[in-house]
Amino acid sequence: MCGIVGLFLKDKSLEPQLGALTNTMLGTMCDRGPDSAGFAIYSAPAAGKTKITLQSANPENDFNGFGASIAYAIGTEVSLDVRSTHAVLTIPEDKIEAAQSAIKTAHPSIRMMATGSSIEIYKEVGYPTDVAQRFELASMSGTHAIGHTRMATESAVTTLGSHPFSTGADQCLVHNGSLANHNNLRRELRHDGMTFETENDSEVAAAYLTWRMNQGLNLGEALKKSLDDLDGFFTFVVGTKNGFGVLRDPIACKPAVMAETDQYVAFGSEYRALVNLPGIATARVWEPEPSTVYFWER
Amino acid sequence: MRTVDLSKTSLRELNHDLHRQSSGANEMHWEVINPMGLHAVAVGVDAPIQVDIRGSVGYYCAGMNKHATITVHGSAGPGVAENMMSGKVHITGDASQYAGATGRGGLLVIEGNASSRCGVSMKGIDIVVKGNIGHMSAFMAQSGHLVVLGDAGDALGDSIYEAKLFVRGSVKSLGTDCVEKEMRPEHHKELSELLAHAGVEDVKTTSFKRYGSARKLYTFNVDNADAY
Repeated sequence: MCGIVGLFLKDKSLEPQLGALTNTMLGTMCDRGPDSAGFAIYSAPAAGKTKITLQSANPENDFNGFGASIAYAIGTEVSLDVRSTHAVLTIPEDKIEAAQSAIKTAHPSIRMMATGSSIEIYKEVGYPTDVAQRFELASMSGTHAIGHTRMATESAVTTLGSHPFSTGADQCLVHNGSLANHNNLRRELRHDGMTFETENDSEVAAAYLTWRMNQGLNLGEALKKSLDDLDGFFTFVVGTKNGFGVLRDPIACKPAVMAETDQYVAFGSEYRALVNLPGIATARVWEPEPSTVYFWER
Repeated sequence: MRTVDLSKTSLRELNHDLHRQSSGANEMHWEVINPMGLHAVAVGVDAPIQVDIRGSVGYYCAGMNKHATITVHGSAGPGVAENMMSGKVHITGDASQYAGATGRGGLLVIEGNASSRCGVSMKGIDIVVKGNIGHMSAFMAQSGHLVVLGDAGDALGDSIYEAKLFVRGSVKSLGTDCVEKEMRPEHHKELSELLAHAGVEDVKTTSFKRYGSARKLYTFNVDNADAY
C-alpha cells in the first residue's frame, strides 16, 4: 500500500497555493505510507537556467562551500538554495554536463535527485507530514506537483528508495503497486544505456518511460506502450515539464480517484486526498479506468 | 433527527452511537454531515434506522449492514455495503471497487457507475446499478441478483455459482462458465420486482438479458437447487 496525490493546475491564480494544497493532500495519505515520503514540484523555468536537486546525508558539511566549488569548476556564477537535506543548484543550461561531472568527481557524497528547468524533487525517510514540513512544501508555488507516501514492499526503506523517481530531465514517476518483471526489464534497459540508483521496481518503470520518450514518444504514447511491457500491479502518476499522466494496470486493484474543474486536474489514492480542494463539491470526480492512459499537457 | 458532524465528532463515536441503536430505537433518523471521504462510516449498524450521509465516503461504508436504510448522498469508495446482511444501502453517485462484495442479503442501489468487482462473491444480496459496472463483476457470485441498467466490463460472472445477472446494455466479455440464459416469465417477474424496489420506473424487463452459470465448472446437483 502507498498513497499518491497529484495536482495539475490550469488556473494561474492558484499557482502560489500549489505547495499548500499539495501539502494538505499529502497529509491525508500518511496512513497509506508512513515510512517515507516525497514530492516533485514543477515551476515556470527561468530563461536559460537549469536546476539540479541535490541530497546529502550530511548537509551541513556537504553544502558548505559547495556552490563556490561548482562555480569555480564550471567557470560561472551559480545559486544554491538549501532546504534541510536537499539543495537546489541553479546553473546556466549549457553548463549542465560540466556541473554534473564536477558534482560526481569532487562531491561524491552528494546525490542528484532530479535535473531540469522546472522540476525539483524532495524525498526522505520519515512520517509524511514531517517530511513535507522539513522541506516547507506548504510555502512552495508552481504549476503542478506529485506527492507520494510509501509503505515499502519491493526494496529497502531509504531516501533513494522513496518516490518520486526521476530518470530523465524534468520527468518523474510515483507508483503504488509492485512490478513482477522489473529485474529482467532493468537488465534490458541497462543494456540500452539506462542507469539505475536502486533495486527498486518503481525506478525501472520511470526509466522505462524515459527510455521510450528518448525514442521520440510523448508521455501518453510511452504510457500506452508500458501496458505491453510492464507486468504487475500499478497505479502510476507521471510528471513532465508540461504534462501530467495517470495509468492503472488492467486489473486496477490499486485505488485511484480523479477530479477535474476549470482550475485543476487532481489525483488521489482516495477521495480523502481531494476533499479540501477548492470547488471539489462541484468538480467532475471519477475513477480512472484500467489500461487507460490519462494525460494532460499545458 | 440526530445530526452528527464528522468534522467535530470522531468516526469511532459515531459508529459507537449507531451500534447502540436497537430495534426499539428512539432515534430513528440520523444524518451524518462532513464525511470527508472517511473510511468505515456507519459500519455494522444493526437496527431499522435511517442514516443519511451528506457527502462522499471512503472505504467500507455501511459494511455488514443489518436492517438499516443507509443513503450516501455522494460517491462511495471501495467495499461499500460489503457483507451486507439486510436493509438497504443507496448511493446517489458512483461506487468504487467491490461494491456489495460477499453480501448475504438486503438491497444495494447505485445511481451512478460501479467499478470493478461489483458483487464479487455475493451470497444473497440484490444489487441494482443504474450506470455501468467494471471488470470481474459477480466473480464467484453464489446467490442473489445483480441488475445493471448500463454496460458490464470484462469477464462478467467468472466462476459464477447460482447468482442471477441481468444486464440491459452490452457485456464486454463473459467470464469462465458464465453464459447468457433465456429470460423466462419468472425472470421477468423477479426483475420487475427488483426494479420496483430500486425505484426504477419506465424500464422494460424485455430490454435485459440474463446471465448465469453454465454449471460446468463446479459440481452442480439439481437436488441442491433449493440451497441457493
